[in-house]
Amino acid sequence: MTEETTVADDDVSGPGTLRPPGAAPLVQVRGATKSFGGVQALRGVDLTLLPGEIHALVGENGAGKSTLIKVLTGVYAPDGGEFRYGGEPVRFARPADAQRAGISTIYQEVNLVPLLSVARNIYLGREPRTRWGTVDVGAMNRRAAQLVGDLGIDVDVTGELGRLGLGAQQMVALARAVSVESRVVIMDEPTSSLEPAEVETLFGVARNLRRSGTALVFVSHRLDELWQLCDRVTVLRDGHHVHTGPMAELDRVTLVSHMLGKDASEVGAQGVTEFAGKHRHGDAPVLDASGIAVRSRLSDVALQVRPGEVVGLGGLLGSGRSETVKAIYGDLPVESGRVSVAGRNLRAGSVRHALKAGVALLSEDRKAEGIIPDLSVRDNIALAVLPRMARGGIVVESRIDALVETFMTRLKIKAADTGQKVRELSGGNQQKVLIARWLCTEPTVFLLDEPTRGIDVGAKQEVQALIDELAGHGLAVVLISSEMEELVEGADRVVVLHAGRVEAELSGSELSHSRLLTALAGESADPADDGQPAGDDGQPTDGAGQPADGSGPSAGTGQPTAAVRTAAKEEEDGRG
Amino acid sequence: MSGPTMERAGAAPDRDPAKGASAGSPGPGPQPGSVRLGLGMRIAELAQRQGALVLLIVLCAVASVVFPSFATGANLSSIAVQASFMAVVALGMTFVILGGGIDLSVGSVFALGGVLAAWASQYGFVPALLVPLAVCGFIGLVQGLIIAKGGLAPFIVTLAGLLFARGLLLFITDEGTTTYKVPEGSAFLQLAQGELLGVGYSVWLLVVLFAIGALVLHRTSYGTTVLAIGGQEDAAELMGLPVVRTKVITYLVNGLLAGLGGALIASYTSSGVTVLGVGMELEVISAVVLGGTLLTGGAGTILGTLVGALLLQVIKNVINQVGSLNSNWQAVVSGTILLMVVSIQSYLARSRRG
Ligand SMILES: Nc1ncnc2c1ncn2[C@@H]1O[C@H](COP(=O)(O)OP(=O)(O)OP(=O)(O)O)[C@@H](O)[C@H]1O
Ligand SMILES: [Mg+2]
Repeated sequence: MTEETTVADDDVSGPGTLRPPGAAPLVQVRGATKSFGGVQALRGVDLTLLPGEIHALVGENGAGKSTLIKVLTGVYAPDGGEFRYGGEPVRFARPADAQRAGISTIYQEVNLVPLLSVARNIYLGREPRTRWGTVDVGAMNRRAAQLVGDLGIDVDVTGELGRLGLGAQQMVALARAVSVESRVVIMDEPTSSLEPAEVETLFGVARNLRRSGTALVFVSHRLDELWQLCDRVTVLRDGHHVHTGPMAELDRVTLVSHMLGKDASEVGAQGVTEFAGKHRHGDAPVLDASGIAVRSRLSDVALQVRPGEVVGLGGLLGSGRSETVKAIYGDLPVESGRVSVAGRNLRAGSVRHALKAGVALLSEDRKAEGIIPDLSVRDNIALAVLPRMARGGIVVESRIDALVETFMTRLKIKAADTGQKVRELSGGNQQKVLIARWLCTEPTVFLLDEPTRGIDVGAKQEVQALIDELAGHGLAVVLISSEMEELVEGADRVVVLHAGRVEAELSGSELSHSRLLTALAGESADPADDGQPAGDDGQPTDGAGQPADGSGPSAGTGQPTAAVRTAAKEEEDGRG
Repeated sequence: MSGPTMERAGAAPDRDPAKGASAGSPGPGPQPGSVRLGLGMRIAELAQRQGALVLLIVLCAVASVVFPSFATGANLSSIAVQASFMAVVALGMTFVILGGGIDLSVGSVFALGGVLAAWASQYGFVPALLVPLAVCGFIGLVQGLIIAKGGLAPFIVTLAGLLFARGLLLFITDEGTTTYKVPEGSAFLQLAQGELLGVGYSVWLLVVLFAIGALVLHRTSYGTTVLAIGGQEDAAELMGLPVVRTKVITYLVNGLLAGLGGALIASYTSSGVTVLGVGMELEVISAVVLGGTLLTGGAGTILGTLVGALLLQVIKNVINQVGSLNSNWQAVVSGTILLMVVSIQSYLARSRRG
């Protein structure tokens, strides 16, 4: 629309490409349109993919990125537009056709089968065969193990996929996408649940594909990633095509101004996050969890949060962060441990009891555990407060409507109206609906597992501001985030987990980017210290990871330094 | 009604019990506690997958002690033969349920198959087998096409199929007044009445069919696709799996097997009994669920269904042995056991997950 740059035949080689200038485009989309009932999701979008480029596709939640990918790959039939693949006009009737033609897609959200094994998921539809024509399970498992091993994740490929954490599942989806040779690889928010190390692995895979001449599409709301990886960028806004050009020619502010449709000066030079800084908090912890052990996942985890305090939980994939909050919430069978809220002990394993005591959990896997796709936006938001909104068993509709309206505006939830089914919202907007649901319950302890996963810059800042505001009202917040900035800027204190144990705790001036990185890597010793870190028992495992060996993390490391102490140690020292 | 607990209940996956113990590779020097837990997991997994098997063995053991006539060769082989008619139908139903569907038409289709076989047996062995297969397979095919291509709910489509097949049966038997007889001495009678090595042909056939079924489920891409569709249909579609074709094949085969079951019973009873198969669909579904297949699809085993079918037949047989009990008790007992097994399965599945 506005300042569109024409790219069809220009030389647009970005950094790191070996492509000869003027290479013929692999994919050309012109004027794609698509509407769902009254909602116009695409209003004439162009996209050109060249061989050997990584093409960023960005835009706010609901801008139409996923829809564009889906009309291109045959999931939805487009209303109009011209689609060319390798120069020839095409319309794929179904995803299978696009795959057969050499377009491999990782759709947003993990689209795999949780009840099947990891290996089955990777090879579904293209299993290796024996000479009898049957599935060669041995070869399939071997190759799958090789494939996930190459991606640096340590999982049992014969185990059920659904038992893995979301991040590991995302890596399995990546393994599936690269297990076949493709000319085009499309990745719709592949990094939303990944830790820095996995993100690096994924980037490595993407760069290798680029080197071999594959065209890649990369969607992410973590804007920094775009400059690290991508050669060109296409920006969508409200279904319109806004901009296409080399990544290197854009700075962050310009990109955001394209996305939001605001002037660069309006976007301003904000910080990376919207967090205002440290919070003032009370002295007595409102949430007090200690000695939490979950079979083969957590051992002796302790966590205390005071009213008004935001405590971050850091750790690598499989370190037990999600398990910790789930255990507190009563959603995971615990072997031992005690959780109390405002001095009252919670019944172990009872979500109802936890809810009643004022604990709310925004879970990581919204698809499996949170959203009810066929209910309306309104009902999904109101679900958790229905009991409180009722007078003598009768729900007061107007109060609910008012509440829903408030959050729709505040979080900028993009939906046709409050009656729209949640399954029809874009990924990021579904996340916002979930956040709204739990905010309505006015909890005293709010456990947030990746709250800003998959939501756009604007809304991310809004959520961050909300977290600040909640803490200001005396809420105790536990924040899990794989984005380091969120932890460093948003939390007062960060508890670092490693292989199911509390490895370190950072607060005050210790809480810096570099310190956190060191702690995340499991190096509990001062960098000046010679020996290998004690907690280092090799690769972090997946969700089903084992606890560290019997010896505690501090054993054999000499004295823990002032900067990084184990929580257990801090307990011994006695606070105050 | 709180959000995060609204997970799909009772994920009873088809896994090797041994793996439960090794999930999360053993760290350096595993504590004794973890070993014990591993064993507990194994037992829980085994009970969950093979609850019906355990029950079957216990029931058989008790019955052989209490009723001297139970453990005789004649009684056991009659149990096997009588179980085979229903088990054949349950095999097809297993694939239907694994794929996230349901087929209520099998009872009627089964009865229709029996009548068609009895009628066609006057023209010889081959027509007696092929006519019911062709007609019942066609009914299955049409239902499959409507469900897969039309996107209609299997429950409704196969309910219509139930009525249709029953109506067709009544039509060709003059409102059920005509009972076709299989001609005496027809080779077709051998199908369910003949024996090889002391075991009925129909039982041999059953064993072969179940072996093929297990192979198809675990070793072909069709089988995996069925599981994927039942587990997460959207994902199966996005992964480019042939969802429509797979569903159509499943209902087609289910129709074929229901027809085959009907042909077997016609051979066994030497006639086309028109009142058979009423309510049979529910018995068949019970056998599948007893065998550990998730009613919501996506996980289960073929062998489990065989065990489930045998269990139901043994219950019938035992109740017949107790001379004083009305045979209606059989339904009561089967229902109770079904409820018990399914509750235990879902309890175990819930306590294991996380
Ligand atoms: N199946 C559907 N039915 C109705 N509306 C839909 C459907 N799918 C998408 N939409 C609408 O189309 C618009 C674009 O959605 P899309 O999923 O493409 O956004 P997106 O750019 O991928 O956003 P996000 O970053 O949140 O993933 C949204 O307004 C959404 O509500
Ligand atoms: Mg999207």
